[in-house]
Amino acid sequence: MDKQRIEDSALLKFIPQPDRPPKTITYGPIGWLKKNLFGNIWNTLLTIAVFSLLFFLLRPFLEWTVFKAVWTASTRRECLSISPDGACWAGIFPWVNNLTYGLYPDALQWRVNLGFGIGLLWFVPLAFKKVEQKMTFALMGLLLVPFLANYLFLGGDRSNVHYIIACSALAYLLILYINIVLTYLKRKRVEQYLEVFMARFSKKRATLLAHSTIWLFFTVLIACIFKGQTLAYVDVDAWGGLFLTLVISGVSIVMALPIGIVLALGRRSEMMIIKWFSICTIELVRSVPMITVLFMSVTMLPLFFPNTMELNKLAQVLVAVCLFAGAYMAETVRGGLQAISRGQYDAAKSIGLGYWQTMIFIILPQALKSMIPNIVTSFISLFKDTTLVSIIGLFDIMLMARNISIDKNWLGLHSEPLVAISVLFFVFCYSMSQYSQRLEKKLNTNR
Amino acid sequence: MDSKQINGMKGDTPPDRTAIKINGLNKWYDEFHVLKDISLTVTEKEIIVVCGPSGSGKSTLIRCINQLEPYQEGTISIFGEKLETNKKGAALIRDNVGMLFQNFNLFPHLTILENCTLGPIWLRKMPEHQAIEESTALLNRVGIADLASKYPGQVSGGQQQRVAIARSLAMEPKIMLFDEPTSALDPEMIKEVLDVMIDLAHSGMTMICVTHEMQFAQQVADRVIFMAEGEIVEEGPPEQVLKNPKWDRTSLFLEHILSH
Repeated sequence: MDKQRIEDSALLKFIPQPDRPPKTITYGPIGWLKKNLFGNIWNTLLTIAVFSLLFFLLRPFLEWTVFKAVWTASTRRECLSISPDGACWAGIFPWVNNLTYGLYPDALQWRVNLGFGIGLLWFVPLAFKKVEQKMTFALMGLLLVPFLANYLFLGGDRSNVHYIIACSALAYLLILYINIVLTYLKRKRVEQYLEVFMARFSKKRATLLAHSTIWLFFTVLIACIFKGQTLAYVDVDAWGGLFLTLVISGVSIVMALPIGIVLALGRRSEMMIIKWFSICTIELVRSVPMITVLFMSVTMLPLFFPNTMELNKLAQVLVAVCLFAGAYMAETVRGGLQAISRGQYDAAKSIGLGYWQTMIFIILPQALKSMIPNIVTSFISLFKDTTLVSIIGLFDIMLMARNISIDKNWLGLHSEPLVAISVLFFVFCYSMSQYSQRLEKKLNTNR
Repeated sequence: MDSKQINGMKGDTPPDRTAIKINGLNKWYDEFHVLKDISLTVTEKEIIVVCGPSGSGKSTLIRCINQLEPYQEGTISIFGEKLETNKKGAALIRDNVGMLFQNFNLFPHLTILENCTLGPIWLRKMPEHQAIEESTALLNRVGIADLASKYPGQVSGGQQQRVAIARSLAMEPKIMLFDEPTSALDPEMIKEVLDVMIDLAHSGMTMICVTHEMQFAQQVADRVIFMAEGEIVEEGPPEQVLKNPKWDRTSLFLEHILSH
């Protein structure tokens, strides 16, 4: 009874419970910091140690690149008088034009921009889901864009054939974009309107007929519009800077894969002549330094051509770089081919696929897919290796950058251009690697 | 042309045509004599089960029929035409013979439907929509039409093997070769594949099956062939070979696999 009363009174009387400790924040950036960096006393000490070390290491670099850097000045001497131990970025700006286009005349630089713009336009739609027949127009792009770009970049009096091809490239791109717009408007594609009509002539080839008719029509149209206008000639010697670097690396990257595939298949061929030809090419090119190949292409290649034929340096370099890249690519592709099990060949053969069909539909898609990381690694190193062409006197971005230091206004400005170029190369190479990772994820069919 | 072929399969032609004739087949791997003087005649619509211990040359035998292996001596003819290693021989096989493998060997980068339509589109020059239609019908027949847009890596082993059957059937073969089609499968998946094979046997397909599924042999086989060390040691109707084998070697082997 007593006990009960005491309990009752305890209930009636307000006795505050001890305060709970405040909730620790476990979410958001603060939560993350608490959990991972300042979890206990050791973690806290370690965090402080690492960060102070980073601070001491990074401070001089940041001071040089940002805090003590000079952004506007007209000469290096002026830079040094403003801040003797900071970077002189002011020296880069007057050279941006040269670093990008080389000695390409200012008034004609729109042609370079247009060329690259068209190239970009051609490959942008590949990223969209709704676009159909990506493979076809990617291949057409690889085939046609070089002609168009060459026509634009070089200019001068070109043959009619070249003119028509350039126009057909434009026409193809135009049709492509019209079709994309129509697809998004949920209409039929241009050629499908014509297909019904073409079916009267040949049912089987109606699609092909419709395609080519429309293409021909637009080609003629564009050819008529631009008729009589010649572009001023710009010699290859004037090409330079990032523009030249992109041309060389672009051409060699595009050519490396097909050359590599052909050589790799050749090396695995059972036909002796083809096999030994491939082996010799691969081993010879691979065992020689790239600089040697470049030098030889400039000094020795002309010996194989008649005297009257004038080869330009760029073409010679391109041949050398493509061959070099192709030989390396061949071994990468061969690695991929070897990873394909014999069962795949058996299955292809049991359906009745021939050699080329087996390769194109079954083996190569799998081999190349499994080799994407290696292929992109080759591409990246190829892109960086193209800076070697400066050694034989092509004014690529590297040589241009080195020329800044011998400009009388910016005498001795060595580090800044190199840092700037490193950043630029990093941007290009990193985006290549990111793209390859996206591609890998997209092509993974096992999930 | 296609409709004629189908009619032919259903039996407008006399049923006792010779589908495969193997004569004095000898094969060596370097010094090792894998196939020793094999002779075998298979009539159309006949179901033959080949069994025997591993290394006895049974897989090699049917791989030779499909020209996946070269052989040194002897001849193989299919529907009376001699098989040679040239384009004509390849076409002969493509038009008449389909094959299934132990490891399915589907093309992992193509969807299940694309696996089936590849052959019809590129080899039989069939328009795409028709190929899709026929392949879907075949996938339906093997009971996996709903998986058409998946990739082989996403489905079970039994389903993969059924896709492989559909892929072979898409080429409309008259002869099907099976190279241990169920030995890489879990017991519960074996049945679904065997059911399709039994269905196929009833539809009048000529079949040579290398398999250890003795129930299948008893149920549908017209003839059981027992091979050992590269030779055919016993041959006859399933009751005879499986129940009263003449050779000790056969009974020993059968004891082994039936006790499992």
